[in-house]
Amino acid sequence: MFKVFWSVLHRDLLLAVRRRTDVLTTLVFFVIVVSLFPLGVGTERAVLRVLGPGVAWVAALLSSMLALERLFAADYEDGTLEQLLLTDQPLVLLTLAKIAAHWLLTGLPLVLIAPLVGMQYHLTDSAITVMMMSLLLGTPVLSLIGAIGAALTLGLRGGGILLALLILPLYIPVLVYGAGAVTVGAVALGEARLYLTLLAAFLVAALALAPFACAAALRISIE
Amino acid sequence: MTKPWSRFAAPASFYPLTGRLIPVFWVLAAAFILIALYWGFFETPDQLGGSNAQKGYYRIIFIHVGAAWMSMWLYAMLVAWAAVGLVFKTRLSFMMANAIAPTGAIFTFLALWTGAIWGRPSWGTYWDWDPRLTSELILFFLYIGYIALHSAIDDNRRADRAASLLAIVGLVMVPVIFWSINCPDPNQCAALHQRSGLRKVDGNILFAMLTMTLGFWMYSFATTLMRVRSMILTREAETAWVQDLVRAPERG
Repeated sequence: MFKVFWSVLHRDLLLAVRRRTDVLTTLVFFVIVVSLFPLGVGTERAVLRVLGPGVAWVAALLSSMLALERLFAADYEDGTLEQLLLTDQPLVLLTLAKIAAHWLLTGLPLVLIAPLVGMQYHLTDSAITVMMMSLLLGTPVLSLIGAIGAALTLGLRGGGILLALLILPLYIPVLVYGAGAVTVGAVALGEARLYLTLLAAFLVAALALAPFACAAALRISIE
Repeated sequence: MTKPWSRFAAPASFYPLTGRLIPVFWVLAAAFILIALYWGFFETPDQLGGSNAQKGYYRIIFIHVGAAWMSMWLYAMLVAWAAVGLVFKTRLSFMMANAIAPTGAIFTFLALWTGAIWGRPSWGTYWDWDPRLTSELILFFLYIGYIALHSAIDDNRRADRAASLLAIVGLVMVPVIFWSINCPDPNQCAALHQRSGLRKVDGNILFAMLTMTLGFWMYSFATTLMRVRSMILTREAETAWVQDLVRAPERG
């Protein structure tokens, strides 16, 4: 059973390596959005320190959402997805593998580039550490919840903007506690523990529930 | 499917039944709302509260609270019908869910709007990021998302099921969302509890408020059923009974 998981994961990663720009565009989008804010609100350090956590998290939300469109789209168009649905392997596992690959390609890079954002916004070292941890726990939740929306809007015209409409409200808890963790983490590392615990709880709940909803959504979209 | 409760699950028998029920709901809605309006305007005190008194403008409460209650109740009903539809695969349940959505969205908007009007004189601002306001706004987004997804899909069957799944996912997320807005700092959750309850509301005002809510409820029944009826006609246009209905002179 895990062999299926690995083979889907491996295939998606391999495809991404062959088409590197897809991964890079998400990352560059994140960096651009984050870099635009200081130009808009002014470069005063005190202001930036307050805005930093929220801006970084909103940018993470947006870039993860933009990348979602591609989660199933290519496979849907060339018929791969239909074949995956027809296999006798559990669909939940297949979707989970696709979501995992998606996170490795779009979520993990955000975590790794977070220190750069921290420097742009003059965040303290502890805040940067917390930001990386919160992104590490939070972005998988975004991918998991977002995958449901991606499956529901599969092949629809205007899918991208519709996806934003459906999914962004559901991202709010992650945004609240993700940005909250960083804000608190700027003062003391220990303060952020409760936030990170909550994010971890979200991750566990999303891991348990979202793949099932996503699999159901795929079945609805393709029949 | 011969159980009595499932008889009206067939559009062909549901259609004439609702045709008879809708006028009743309209009359009830009008009666309740008129009573509530009269009571709210003429039988309630001009001023509310002690130290920081609310003057005549508090009377918007009669619309505001009812609309807010209905907005939440209708979302629960929407999800209930969506779940029934997904489980029993009944066409009519999906139509009910779909017909509730616009009314629910309107009540959510009404609650936000009247809240803004009320907030201006009493808080000095149209909008505040108060947990209740924010959650109502999110609820509005959920309604819009449901309606948008449903209307983006041309195939009725897929639209019904996809939008239903979305509504259920939304309902699962609602407690988490509301809770995260209510206590953005998990260290101080207890301090942020809202301190108002029905018991604190004066009986006189409560009467007008509840009557108005009943009126809104009846209004929701009427509009939802009307929408379901037109949906039945569009979707079942090919069936024999609808053809007969259209050919025969309008009998309702």
